[in-house]
Amino acid sequence: MDLGKISRRHLLQGSAALTLGSALGVRPAAAANTTIGFIYVGSRDDYGYNQAHAQGAAALKKMPGLKVVEEEKVPETDAVEKTIESMINLDGASLLFPTSFGYYNPHMIKMAKKFPKLRFEHCGGLWSDKDPTNAGSYFGYIDEAQYISGIVAGYSSKTGKLGFVAAKPIPQVLRNINAFTLGARLANPKATTQVIFTGDWSMPVKEAEATNSLIDQGVDVLTCHVDGPKTMVENAARRGAMVCGYHVNQSPLAPKAYLTGAEWNWEALYPKFVKMIAAGEAIPNFYRGGLKEEIVKCSPYGEAVSAEARKHADDIKAKLTEGSYTIFKGPIMDNKGKAVITAGTERGQKDPELEKMDYLVEGVIGATS
Amino acid sequence: MTTEAADPVEAVAVSPAADPGFLQRYGTTIEYILIPGAALVGALAVFGIFVALFGKNPLDLYFYMYQGAFGTWFSWQNTLTRAAPLILTALCTALPAQLGMVIIGGEGALLIGALSATSIALAMPWASPLVVQIAMVCAGVVGGGLWITLAGALRQYRGVNETISSLLLVYIGLAILNHLVEGAMRDPSSLNKPSTREIGAANMIGSIPGTDVHWGLVFGMVAALASYILIYHTVFGFAARVAGGNIRAARIVGLGVGKLIMTICFLAGGAAGLAGMIEVAAVQGRTNANLAAGYGFTGILVAFLARQNPLAIIPVAILLGGISASGGLLQRRLGLPDASVLVLQGIIFVFVLASDALYGRVGFLKGKS
Repeated sequence: MDLGKISRRHLLQGSAALTLGSALGVRPAAAANTTIGFIYVGSRDDYGYNQAHAQGAAALKKMPGLKVVEEEKVPETDAVEKTIESMINLDGASLLFPTSFGYYNPHMIKMAKKFPKLRFEHCGGLWSDKDPTNAGSYFGYIDEAQYISGIVAGYSSKTGKLGFVAAKPIPQVLRNINAFTLGARLANPKATTQVIFTGDWSMPVKEAEATNSLIDQGVDVLTCHVDGPKTMVENAARRGAMVCGYHVNQSPLAPKAYLTGAEWNWEALYPKFVKMIAAGEAIPNFYRGGLKEEIVKCSPYGEAVSAEARKHADDIKAKLTEGSYTIFKGPIMDNKGKAVITAGTERGQKDPELEKMDYLVEGVIGATS
Repeated sequence: MTTEAADPVEAVAVSPAADPGFLQRYGTTIEYILIPGAALVGALAVFGIFVALFGKNPLDLYFYMYQGAFGTWFSWQNTLTRAAPLILTALCTALPAQLGMVIIGGEGALLIGALSATSIALAMPWASPLVVQIAMVCAGVVGGGLWITLAGALRQYRGVNETISSLLLVYIGLAILNHLVEGAMRDPSSLNKPSTREIGAANMIGSIPGTDVHWGLVFGMVAALASYILIYHTVFGFAARVAGGNIRAARIVGLGVGKLIMTICFLAGGAAGLAGMIEVAAVQGRTNANLAAGYGFTGILVAFLARQNPLAIIPVAILLGGISASGGLLQRRLGLPDASVLVLQGIIFVFVLASDALYGRVGFLKGKS
């Protein structure tokens, strides 16, 4: 290169950068002393599970002294181990949130053992005494919010037929279907919930088919438990049915059809975790909570929700927030006529029996296998 | 080489430009390295423009790609870990390609291989780890091998297009896996993530000493080398290439084409099945839906980029492993979406396929005589 061409302009740019650098020189050392890594299994703008976590990460970005790094679409294989290590080695992350269920065992456990000084927080896992103490699992009793959605759906449905698009018949999903149905039957004792399992967490084509088929059968309020509720919400709204959302607020997708929804409140939980760490408090390794602990929340009511429905739902919501209400309270029959929770038995949210749920309650049309 | 440098006359005599014989002998080999190399550089340049359109600096892009894939010892391990399954799944496409068959069902063979290997390990809890591991290798190879042989048999005896049938077999394989994992083979304690029981820590194959990279990489390299020798240095391989060149001529000279198809398909599926076995024995420790991570599909890309040459598969797999390893850094540092890695893979694919037209047409490689 011709030296004469390193012109005044370059020189000026260089010296400007130099002054800027020396002026700001003290800042990088003071800022960003903690780096937090977030790992998502899908895309972070999926209007669903991953977006809910990304919203929590966004809340952390607003806090001073924190740097957040994010990686999306990381499969539940050793790829996630490498992503964790990469965040630690190349970005200096000291707190990690691998947010998908399948990351927990063996992947996150392995990394927690390898980096015993760093902190790992996993969404949905069941931490036990055998697992490393620098690892933790947190989750929310989102069935409380589903129960509220059920009440609203029960009042809003004209046909009394509700629909549920579900991924897999596993305990977490069954618990949501059951809570939704119990809520709906509080409003309308004759209400039924027809459930269709798509077989996997993200199956947009099957979700659309299930939505259409439910509506064809007379269902007029739908909800779901899949990773991305967008497909269900948009298709149901297009067909003139009403919807209750899941994971995040989907009302921007269907402003008229949206009644309410069960949402995660990671925006509240993640800053709380970071503050606990900063204050030197230990985060319990097994961390759970519902409306009361502000881990889940309900979407604001849509315009189609009647005053009666709002009143009833608000009443139950207040009791759940107080902690004075039990959803799974006997007698509860399954949809084959067997008593699954006998009269007089109350299964509170922390009851481990509920984590093993393998039945559908009376009023649900569908089978677990 | 020092003697040549000391003697200018000798040096001139062996320098490629002065010796037409050199190009005649090595021109084709140089072509095989130079043309894909140029295609790669071209693809990177186009990807740089694409990234610049997003307002990011392409030089940052190249730097982070290098850093994430090969820049540190950790990055190398990250790259090699991701490359390991790709070598084996690429062989599933590259071997049948010698016969002119396009098999794209490596993912299915991987899943069936994993399932077979897990089943046999769970069936022999009394055996010593070495015996279990050997049995798992055999079961993985046989399971995956028979799966692709099915596609080969459909083509040979029923005239079914092997590309379509092998692809459809992927979905059948996945359905079988899900059915067993959620039913007969389910570990009752795997509540929210249906999985089989674990094969046990003692039966796991560990990492290559001094690294984090599991033994799958060595398995893959040995299999690639063995395939290369089989195809290019044995009578069997010669027969396969003859049949691949002209199947009628092969029949006329009395080659057992049916036998060739079956054997090659078995070996191809066996390679992918071995990849599945390694995913179980080195990474997951059990079988569940996480195994369907798309290694089989990326393997197709690797095989085509390597022009179906078993030996070239090794560097190409490492290259794609590197791209996927650096993908995380591109997301975290440049804020690019995960899909940008797919865009890069697509651009490389198009460039390499288009560069096929250049073979034999690059003037200076033809030699003078």
